[in-house]
Amino acid sequence: MNLLSIDLWFIIGKAILIFCIVGLSFFIAMYTTYAERKVAAWLQDRIGPNRAGPFGILQPLADGGKLFFKEEIIPLASNKFLFILGPALAMITALLTSTVIPWAAPFVTKTGSVIPLQVADVDMGILLVFSIVSVGVYGIMIGGWASNNKFSLIAAIRGASQMVSYELPMGLALIAVLFMTGSLRMSEIVANQVQHGWNIIYQPLGFLIFFVCALAECNRTPFDLPEAENELNFGYHQEYSSMKLGFYLFAEYINMFISSAVMVTLFCGGYDIPFLNEASWGLSSFWMSLISFSVFMIKISFFLFVFLWIRWTIPRFRYDQLMNLGWKKLIPLALINMIITAAVILWLKK
Amino acid sequence: MSITQILFWFLSVVALFSALMVITSKNPVYSVLWLIATFFAISGHYILLNAQFLAIVNIIVYAGAIMVLFLFVIMLMNLNKETEPQKNRWQKMAGAVAGGCLLLVLVAALKDSDIKQQQALVNGGSIGLIKNLGKELFTTYVIPFEISSVLFLSAMVGAVVIGKKE
Repeated sequence: MNLLSIDLWFIIGKAILIFCIVGLSFFIAMYTTYAERKVAAWLQDRIGPNRAGPFGILQPLADGGKLFFKEEIIPLASNKFLFILGPALAMITALLTSTVIPWAAPFVTKTGSVIPLQVADVDMGILLVFSIVSVGVYGIMIGGWASNNKFSLIAAIRGASQMVSYELPMGLALIAVLFMTGSLRMSEIVANQVQHGWNIIYQPLGFLIFFVCALAECNRTPFDLPEAENELNFGYHQEYSSMKLGFYLFAEYINMFISSAVMVTLFCGGYDIPFLNEASWGLSSFWMSLISFSVFMIKISFFLFVFLWIRWTIPRFRYDQLMNLGWKKLIPLALINMIITAAVILWLKK
Repeated sequence: MSITQILFWFLSVVALFSALMVITSKNPVYSVLWLIATFFAISGHYILLNAQFLAIVNIIVYAGAIMVLFLFVIMLMNLNKETEPQKNRWQKMAGAVAGGCLLLVLVAALKDSDIKQQQALVNGGSIGLIKNLGKELFTTYVIPFEISSVLFLSAMVGAVVIGKKE
């Protein structure tokens, strides 16, 4: 009797892929913290962390170990369940967004079956990322509220309203890209760019808007108002200690990594190698997947570097400036961009 | 049992349980969080019907935007037992009667309709995919669609007018 008709190999394959992607996200996030300190040191003419291991490359491990061994404090007046739920939600939503990203060219086995290196190539594709990002607000809001601290609450509300506001121009900038592709599937968006050239060439304004919004969604400088320590002591995670604080900080780096991956996929051709027609090299599928994955990671690293570069170059905005930029500049710009794109596409099709 | 059936029962239990928790939990913040869980379960049901667009939009709009506003209001008002207005017995009874009347109307409306014979297309049907849904919305149902968009615009303008300082 077959009670459960489940394709076991399919689930095992996907589980391995998910495990690899989660591990990769953690690894990249760990070394982004290291890169952040090294880049900061470089931009400020210092040396940076250099004690743990050669060039300090074991520094992230030392930091993680430190966070684990810190005393875990749950404030008496806080709501205990929600206090723990907050960082957990922040971490879960940060990791979930990686589901629809195509990491490399599909791998074809010798028997001819195609293994897409993407967890789920769903019809909704990029909208799924948006839905998870929109739910990501709760991690900050719940954590900030449950701490029962006025500074945390203000920071949480700032963070939530900032994320809700910047989702709008982000979505509008995305619509112009979708006009050109005609599909929400991430794999088709990449395939379209491999064929016709990167979207960043056709949509420079859209890319700029999307990038600014991604900075705001990740709470990165110049939009890190929820963590403005000179106004709010520390931010929405003020009452947190130990690994719960680590989860919040880590989730921010994972968000940076995933949003870089989304930007590369949407605007910079995903795993496509620029100026080269790699299909004509006649390499085996394994090497193609490996090379395209490396290219994808190099592009992501560049974006991560830009994130860090901006953090140590541009000072923080004021809160009213942030809201003005979002609602009065970026949304109209994104709307204009959308209308122009639609008009040009209609005109070309005539 | 196929995986669709297992998921259906699981999602139904989650949806009903969290919907009950919305009205029974004392803390309004918990109520909002349970309501979000309900929306997720309902989105899962949409996915089982292959209505992917509806599922995602349900999460983006309801769980991601409207519930954030609810949470904002509740967190800022800092509701607790002392400040909560006590409803008198008549109001509670009137509420129960009104709710019962609504249930009666819904049951009466659905009793004789032919919905009972129609089975939902599980995992099949492609009308819920974005391409088909968009075509249908902008050809067959274009007039109601545009009229409702005007309604939304007027609501937005109204909100701005109310929110504007004198």
